[in-house]
Amino acid sequence: MAVGENQQAGVRRGFATHLADGVRRFFHGDLWHSFTRSPVVMVSAVITVVFVASAIFAPLVAPYDPFDLASIDLLDSEIPPIWIEGGDPRFLLGTDDQGRGILSTMIYGARISLGVGFASVLFAMVLGVGLGLLSGYLGGTVDAIIMRIADVQLTFPAILIALLIDGLSRTVLPRDLHGEIWFYVLVLAIGLSFWVQYARTVRGSAMVERSKEYVQAAQVIGIPPLLIMLRHVLPNVMGPVLVIATINLAIAVITEATLSFLGVGVPPTSPSLGTLIRVGNDFLFSGSWWITIFPGAALAILVLAVNLLGDWLRDALNPKLR
Amino acid sequence: MSRTGTNQPLLQVENLRVEIPGRRGTLVAVDDISFAIGEGEVLGVVGESGAGKSLTGAAVIGLLEPPCRIAGGQILFDSRRIDNLPYEKLRRIRGRHIGMVFQDPLTSLNPLYTVGRQLTETILTHSDLSEKGARKRALELLQEVGIPAAERRIDQYPHEFSGGMRQRVVIALALCASPRLIIADEPTTALDVSIQAQIITLLKRLCRDHGAAVMLVTHDMGVIAETADRVAVMYAGRIVEIGPVADVVLRARHPYTEGLMGSIPLVGHDVDRLTQIDGAMPRLNAIPAGCAFNPRCPKAFERCRQARPELETVEATEAACWLYEEAPERSGTDG
Amino acid sequence: MIAFVVRRLLQSIGVMLAVGLIAFSLFNYVGDPINNMVGQDTTLEQRQELRERLGLDDPFFVQYGRFLVNAVQGDFGISYRHRRPVADLITERVPATLELSFIAAVLALFIGVPMGVYTGLHRRGALSQVFLSVSLVGVSLPTFLIGILLILVFGVMSQDINAAVGFYLVPQLPTFGRGDTVQLGWWSTGFLTKSGLLALILPSITLALFQMTLIMRLVRSEMLEVLRTDYIKFARARGLTNRAVNFGHALKNTLVPVITITGLQLGSIIAFSLITEQVFQWPGMGLLFIQAINEVDIPVMASYLMMIGFFFVFINLVVDLLYYVVDPRLRADKAVSGGHQ
Repeated sequence: MAVGENQQAGVRRGFATHLADGVRRFFHGDLWHSFTRSPVVMVSAVITVVFVASAIFAPLVAPYDPFDLASIDLLDSEIPPIWIEGGDPRFLLGTDDQGRGILSTMIYGARISLGVGFASVLFAMVLGVGLGLLSGYLGGTVDAIIMRIADVQLTFPAILIALLIDGLSRTVLPRDLHGEIWFYVLVLAIGLSFWVQYARTVRGSAMVERSKEYVQAAQVIGIPPLLIMLRHVLPNVMGPVLVIATINLAIAVITEATLSFLGVGVPPTSPSLGTLIRVGNDFLFSGSWWITIFPGAALAILVLAVNLLGDWLRDALNPKLR
Repeated sequence: MSRTGTNQPLLQVENLRVEIPGRRGTLVAVDDISFAIGEGEVLGVVGESGAGKSLTGAAVIGLLEPPCRIAGGQILFDSRRIDNLPYEKLRRIRGRHIGMVFQDPLTSLNPLYTVGRQLTETILTHSDLSEKGARKRALELLQEVGIPAAERRIDQYPHEFSGGMRQRVVIALALCASPRLIIADEPTTALDVSIQAQIITLLKRLCRDHGAAVMLVTHDMGVIAETADRVAVMYAGRIVEIGPVADVVLRARHPYTEGLMGSIPLVGHDVDRLTQIDGAMPRLNAIPAGCAFNPRCPKAFERCRQARPELETVEATEAACWLYEEAPERSGTDG
Repeated sequence: MIAFVVRRLLQSIGVMLAVGLIAFSLFNYVGDPINNMVGQDTTLEQRQELRERLGLDDPFFVQYGRFLVNAVQGDFGISYRHRRPVADLITERVPATLELSFIAAVLALFIGVPMGVYTGLHRRGALSQVFLSVSLVGVSLPTFLIGILLILVFGVMSQDINAAVGFYLVPQLPTFGRGDTVQLGWWSTGFLTKSGLLALILPSITLALFQMTLIMRLVRSEMLEVLRTDYIKFARARGLTNRAVNFGHALKNTLVPVITITGLQLGSIIAFSLITEQVFQWPGMGLLFIQAINEVDIPVMASYLMMIGFFFVFINLVVDLLYYVVDPRLRADKAVSGGHQ
């Protein structure tokens, strides 16, 4: 037992120094250097941080709580932004058909969009890395099955798979229940459509590591080889996985918005950016363009910023492509 | 290009400097080197990988990949400066006057076109032959480089040839327009040992027949000893010794050359043991002060760590080493 | 050659069987099909009778086999919602989707590939930077948002804009439906009427934009990859003209991977068309599918899945065959194992 604890401590200490090393390398390395050299990337990072921060602290940041029925007055509906004639100084970006401030609904909407986005990326990452590790480590039939599923899934666009899973859940689950657990359904639907890239990346690296001697050595001294591989494979694939995750975050946010726009994503009771755009779309022809355009612009800016970060990360971590 | 001034060498490289600008400052990959190749002469260029020999070859033919660039000096071909020519003019020289053979025959040929098409395309670019004439010439070339059943092989794709056969095709391609200088960049490194000798013999014979001079870039001293007339030894971007091959091989002046020679067995020379050079060549961003070789040099002394030696004539060869500072013919240096 | 085609065909059939299995499971095990077909007041006996008549008590594989046989014959069952054969519904909707997808694919290819080649060859050129920036915006704008913006500019605000600038700058374009169509046998086409063609403009641009930027970026990165290879360096060293090197050697080698991925992209155009169809209320299969999901109309969902699966498998097959035509290495290596991953 004592031996086991020692090993555990060793592993933990190893991890801590690893982390410290990583942080040191980061600030002295090319990544940080190229970051400080590119204004576009820095602006993207600032935008992303602003979005994430205002999403997390939405109740503090937003001028009104769009879910607080007491603060909503139907008389305030469809007020244009303040710089247009008829604007109201209380509502910077105008109001929607129910008299909710667009800015406030947007901030809460971004909170939901980013929440679904981060959760589904995390889910896809854990699933993909796990399956990739398993596939690369076990090989044989397991590998063949996982990779065949990946192949078939890759021939279909992610949005279609997400749509199908979401549609299925609607048929299987009773309507009331679906109204409550839509968040998990969406995360599952979007996450399941993105795991393949992680799995492929990790599998390749795991296959290389598996044949190395230290894995066999670890087996001999009784450490589970899967554990030891985890420690050696993960650092190797950190870079690619991070790049995939960043770009996936952008795609996940778009996918969620698209599903919501199609009316099968986030319910209108707690609207995401996509839901706001869909609802606002009905008012486009009546001239109240701001109801849909501002959430749309916010979505586009957020995705663009995350995409730019992803592009920069990929180039910075893969000098060959520069 | 006319062959004026018989005394002028075919290729003259003067104070060539190649830089690689990077985010962490500029690296000097080729540092102020000068050499010449006469008409029909074979100059061997040896050195470890990273010594700058391939970049020198690429600079001569104007194919440095950005961000690498020529930062100083000049290159004269047939007494005409070529390093500052615009792309289109330089293109007309490439293939026509200066040919090139690359290291890896597996990747030098376009996999999607037949060998014949790649040959005729090159011939048509540099001559007024008709399509038919070009094909006839392509066939002759294939036969000349020793491809059996050339009539059939001409319509095959590169992947249908073996490595050695492909390198023959690559040589045929380089010889298409009978250039007067061929730059061969490690032409045998990627081949089986058994085929290397054949390819070297072929290259040597063809260049003699066509009267082409060769700049043979390699890290294989054995190939140089067999093939070259003169040899230049490069270390960390500089030429440390240059001279007739017999002198350099048998009476190496520079300790680095000595080390190189010591590490290959020579038939007919009694050596008790093969020597080896300790350590590794410095990276381009960490070249030591003084002579770049001093940390590995068994004969290094104080001076070597302070100032960098220039090439000095030492009997038949030139060497850049402080050991020969007191050599009598100091005036014969070549800047 | 024949062995290769046969192997690819067998693989395609395998994938179709798998897709069929999913569609079939959806059809039979999600919810109770009987409940979906009959009213509340049907007795248990009547239900049991219907069960037997439909063969729902047969063993799994018998039912699956029957489902496949029916599907091959174009029988996908009856829509719960529309009370009509799904095959009829789809036949009505297919032309709209395919015409839209075709135009979008042509746009995406004929603009995306040249832009990709240009930006690959002139890496640091100003125009390349413009193209790349625009493409990044294109990738970041969700398809539906592009559609909404186009509707706003060309549908809602065009007259205001024209009035503001004082001349006819922005044409008013249709933003809803297909316009007038002409019936050719069972195929209804919008290509033959003016309103049909006008109605195609905004939806096809919307659908094409995203794919176009993807194709451009793909061609660019492949081009950069190929331009680094030894055979391109060697081609330059032989003094070949820039034109011959760039277009004769580099572009052709770029084509091999580009064909593969572009083919898949074209497949996803058909899938993505459902978003565009929703934005422009374009009466295609996608709109039908979205409605089916909202209304839990399982036969329609299952058959849409089968149709899309078929399109994808078919496109994959064509892509593989094209690949085979372009790359002589595949033609020679008869023993090469099926894939090209």
